[in-house]
Amino acid sequence: MEITVTVNGEPHRRTVEPRLLLVHLLRDDLGLTGTHWGCDTSNCGTCVVWLDDLPVKSCTVLAAMADGKRVRTVEDLAHGAELDAVQQGFVACHGIQCGFCTPGMLMTARWLLDHDPDPSEDVIREAISGQLCRCTGYENIVRSIRWAAEHPDGAAP
Amino acid sequence: MTYGSLPRKEDARFVRGRGTFLDDLVLPGMLHGAILRSPHAHARLLSVDTSAAEAHPKVRAVLTGKDLAERGMAWMPTLSHDVQAVLASDKVRFQGQEVAFVVAEDRYAARDALELIDVEYEPLPVVVDAPAALATGAAVIRDDLGKADNHVFDWSSGDEAATEAAFAKAEVVARQDMLYPRVHPAPLETCGAVADVDAITGKLTVWATAQAPHAHRILYSRITGLPEHRIRIVAPDIGGGFGNKVGMYPGYLCAVVGSMVTGRPVKWTEDRSENLMSTSFARDYHMRGEIAATRDGRLLGLRVRVLADHGAFNGTAQPAKFPAGFFHVFTGSYDLPAAFCSVTGVYTNKAPGGVAYACSFRITEAVYVVERMMDVLARELGLDPAELRMRNLLRPEQFPYTCATGWQYDSGDYPRALTLLKEIAGYDELRREQAEKRARGELMGLGLSFFTEAVGAGPREHMDILGFGMADGAELRVHPSGSAVLRLSCMSQGQGHETTFAQLVSAELGIPPDEVEVVQGDTDHTPFGLGTYGSRSTPVSGAAAVTVARKVRERARQVASAMLEVSPDDLEWERGRWFVRGVPGRGHTIREIALAAHSDLALPEGVEGQLDASTVYSPPNLTYPFGAYLCVVDVDADTGQVRVRRFIAVDDCGVRINPMIVAGQVHRGLADGIGMALMELMAFDADGNHLGGSFMDYLLPTALECPSWELGETVTPSPHHPIGAKGIGESATVGSPAAVVNAVVDALAPFGVRHADMPLTPAAVWRATRGAPLRADLAIS
Amino acid sequence: MQVPAQFEYERATSVEHALALLAKYGPESRVIAGGHSLIPMMKLRLARPEALVDVNELTELCGIEVAGGELRIGALVRHAQLLASAEAGALFPVLADAERVIADPIVRNRGTVGGSLCQADPSEDLSAAFTAVRADAVIRGEEGTRTVPVRELFTGPYSTVVGPAELLVELRLPIRAGSGSAYAKVGRRAGDWAVAAAGAELVLEGGDVAEAGIGLTAVGAPRFVAAEAEDFLRGGAASAERFEKAGVIAAEHCSPAADQRGPVDYKRHLVATLTTRALHRAAKRAGG
Repeated sequence: MEITVTVNGEPHRRTVEPRLLLVHLLRDDLGLTGTHWGCDTSNCGTCVVWLDDLPVKSCTVLAAMADGKRVRTVEDLAHGAELDAVQQGFVACHGIQCGFCTPGMLMTARWLLDHDPDPSEDVIREAISGQLCRCTGYENIVRSIRWAAEHPDGAAP
Repeated sequence: MTYGSLPRKEDARFVRGRGTFLDDLVLPGMLHGAILRSPHAHARLLSVDTSAAEAHPKVRAVLTGKDLAERGMAWMPTLSHDVQAVLASDKVRFQGQEVAFVVAEDRYAARDALELIDVEYEPLPVVVDAPAALATGAAVIRDDLGKADNHVFDWSSGDEAATEAAFAKAEVVARQDMLYPRVHPAPLETCGAVADVDAITGKLTVWATAQAPHAHRILYSRITGLPEHRIRIVAPDIGGGFGNKVGMYPGYLCAVVGSMVTGRPVKWTEDRSENLMSTSFARDYHMRGEIAATRDGRLLGLRVRVLADHGAFNGTAQPAKFPAGFFHVFTGSYDLPAAFCSVTGVYTNKAPGGVAYACSFRITEAVYVVERMMDVLARELGLDPAELRMRNLLRPEQFPYTCATGWQYDSGDYPRALTLLKEIAGYDELRREQAEKRARGELMGLGLSFFTEAVGAGPREHMDILGFGMADGAELRVHPSGSAVLRLSCMSQGQGHETTFAQLVSAELGIPPDEVEVVQGDTDHTPFGLGTYGSRSTPVSGAAAVTVARKVRERARQVASAMLEVSPDDLEWERGRWFVRGVPGRGHTIREIALAAHSDLALPEGVEGQLDASTVYSPPNLTYPFGAYLCVVDVDADTGQVRVRRFIAVDDCGVRINPMIVAGQVHRGLADGIGMALMELMAFDADGNHLGGSFMDYLLPTALECPSWELGETVTPSPHHPIGAKGIGESATVGSPAAVVNAVVDALAPFGVRHADMPLTPAAVWRATRGAPLRADLAIS
Repeated sequence: MQVPAQFEYERATSVEHALALLAKYGPESRVIAGGHSLIPMMKLRLARPEALVDVNELTELCGIEVAGGELRIGALVRHAQLLASAEAGALFPVLADAERVIADPIVRNRGTVGGSLCQADPSEDLSAAFTAVRADAVIRGEEGTRTVPVRELFTGPYSTVVGPAELLVELRLPIRAGSGSAYAKVGRRAGDWAVAAAGAELVLEGGDVAEAGIGLTAVGAPRFVAAEAEDFLRGGAASAERFEKAGVIAAEHCSPAADQRGPVDYKRHLVATLTTRALHRAAKRAGG
């Protein structure tokens, strides 16, 4: 079937099998490998992207279901050379170790701050509770998101 | 003293989603592989019919054990003197074992074709209960080895007679059986490989999730018969390893053969179930601990008996002379005059492995048993667990200390760490709160753990893998402009090597860390060495990096002496420059020296141009990091739910290179402790069905189960490491589970609970309070 | 990662269109909304529908409103939307209690109320919650609309009375004066399926229980209902002793099965504990 998905602002028309998963459309067809996968059961959250402005697990969405919709991935977070505040926060607070969960965490973090600019630590923990990280024990991810909340425009240049 | 919390160089790509992980690789003409796995835990393979799969329009090849046998590759060596089936050719020996491999044009077609393969099995009796594996009449799993039972090895350490004597005269003896259940490292990225055999040169390139690329090359060479210069292993960015990506897996070899057969690159990646069901698990130690003491709490002896479940093939990844890893240090952090342990390994119908998940080669199990026994003894004696530990901790003046099994602990100040822990925690106040709560019928528990690790394998004369000594190479080249490239044999899986190793070189040579490129993971571009696991990167490769940088510095001194026309002996080094002693203004920076070293400057006899150096570092001893942990829990007696309220961790890993990264490593391991102690489990039913084969069943902690970690530190440098550093990658994983279990058991004291096995799920906790504990490794019935 | 087998895919543009598509593709077709139960099962190839009818565009099924003395929840309301609804939370706190512990926030952005019910997973939380409040399910077919009490919706694990060419379109919850409700769940971890859970609604008159509804999750209660405990409570005092006794009755009459979440005795014990806790909280919310 033919679908058109607008990814990071750019429309892409592709012929796909109905069973193609959105995560594979992004990674294999569009070469956007920043979105990862880590399980088969929508538990790990490495595949989180925005679908029409809402974070979803792209391993559990069919590419066909994204036809006519907008998708935003980690590749769209930075504004040119300038990192988004959440990206800066993850660097500043060591919210990254192996980097595998990072894109999904960043997408959730950006969405959270767009809707709750000053979330408490508890709110942050709840917001990322559908995403696993095996490296950080979550502490520095929470701090990274708090950093971004405290520096909405990023670090002073 | 530290080298500073420099932000990580590698984050620039990760934060943009521009890391390159295995499944991100795409090669021209690349095909995709998928593995058909056994649904049975033990069955004779009667026939494998691949004709329908081969007829699938997108399928390019189907491999079976028979096909591999024709190439002499149906079996591969393990890292523990055993062999493992690549694709089954006689029997299947665990559920999820590899039976056939399909190569197709895309991953969806490869998966579809698996359903077209027809396999006929004759089910055999299954052995999943390790204690029953050696019973008369138990099904024999390894008939391929000509075995008549499921025995793998017997091993012991310590003085049995002296320990017996210590127990005979003891006023108090406490005994406790415990299981450290089978768990899985479960890195977020599963394992995989892309194999490409060059049709012209015959060179094999394998991109793989490999923590130990050079060890992999040895194995590929042995299995395929290709010489090493025709094999290149490349580890791209690795999405977490924790020991899961040390060994070789059948899927990697299938991808290699798939490429040989099709002449095209072949990618194979595991799905999550394959990862959990077939790749290296960890632990599965059935232990009996016995501890002897005087009435006033002076330890006299410790004895541990272990039954080790190694699964269907003995595939533990550890130094080859150590079948139970470094379990020798089960005497822990205490002045124990006598100790003896014995371990028997058995085969069962479960996946192979055992040494993984940040265990420091079984020190996790060793720390768990001694720290549980300390709490059992404290209860027996009516002593506070902190007091019992304080009375028996090694004293600073006892270092270097040789423990009862002969291992020499390099340095430590244990009482200081425990004292600091109690201060940060407000230990006495917490005990008061607990007493008040107990009076009201509320359950609160405090759990201590004091651990000592032995990491940084290892002295090459004692420690080897496949006969290769565990020394690490390092190569450093300073470019004419004064920037540098450092080539390492180890391989980061998130530890930040690109940053910390650049910091090490920077500190030795005065080159900014940004200008030190760190190369790792590619066997064509790195020196030989055995990789990153067992917390060995800093103790071994870190020492190698410092050593090679110091060599370069000495070479720079020779060049500087020619530049300044003074004797090298008259030069002094400070902050990146050599200058004439007594004349600080007369000198040259490393940058100036590097340029001169590459220039037409006339060099004295015997001084080579340029500033390159290489080294091979074999550590004189292991390093012995240690720490004191406290976990505070609240338990709901009615539901059995445990909430970890606080976790305080004081770690001493000697000199910290990058304190930010060190703290991150500790955070990770503390979360592991929550996971293992409270939820992670791979149990098996009587038919050998794996009951933890997905993230719906194999539970890992989320941000909601983890408290905000409270860290403290002391610094006791290692006397033999060039900068006094010790390994830190696994300390918290090793130390934390016992603290969590001790806390829960402490909370349950009003019910008379003295021990409960991990994982302390709500059901397990509730059952413990009812005096009917659950058996963690078997199906709940 | 695992991938589904092949199937046909059609996107419905209206309820009528969805029904026509279901009729066209026959009994081997499945409705897909959030897909968070169905797609993982398809990836594991435990489910192999020949066709999927995507109902995600049916905005007419996305409403939450009060009308006719009922709270009406469209079948396509996402979990996150229901959790965020102040009106639903105030009228039926049992829904917010349950939604807060269903899966995780990202899954809740996508998963739907109707999908959860139609999946009829014995461990699914909303089934017990809607059972407790005696909701009605509105089902549309090409022949017309029928209303079925949620208590008669389920015919067994993963099976409901919704026919192959029918669509669950709405849940209707009768608003009762003097009522309060609550949901209590034990999982092994955040986001885990229930080891056991209990939803309760109480309608209080004076100090007495005029009506009680109790739904049980994951413990083999017939159609999720703890009928004997409800019978016991009805007409009696809203007292701690009676709530405790109701819990014991509920535990006696369910049939949990042992699995890795826990043994039977533990699950039975949880039913008693959680039923009692849910009743206490429901009574408090009812002003009792």
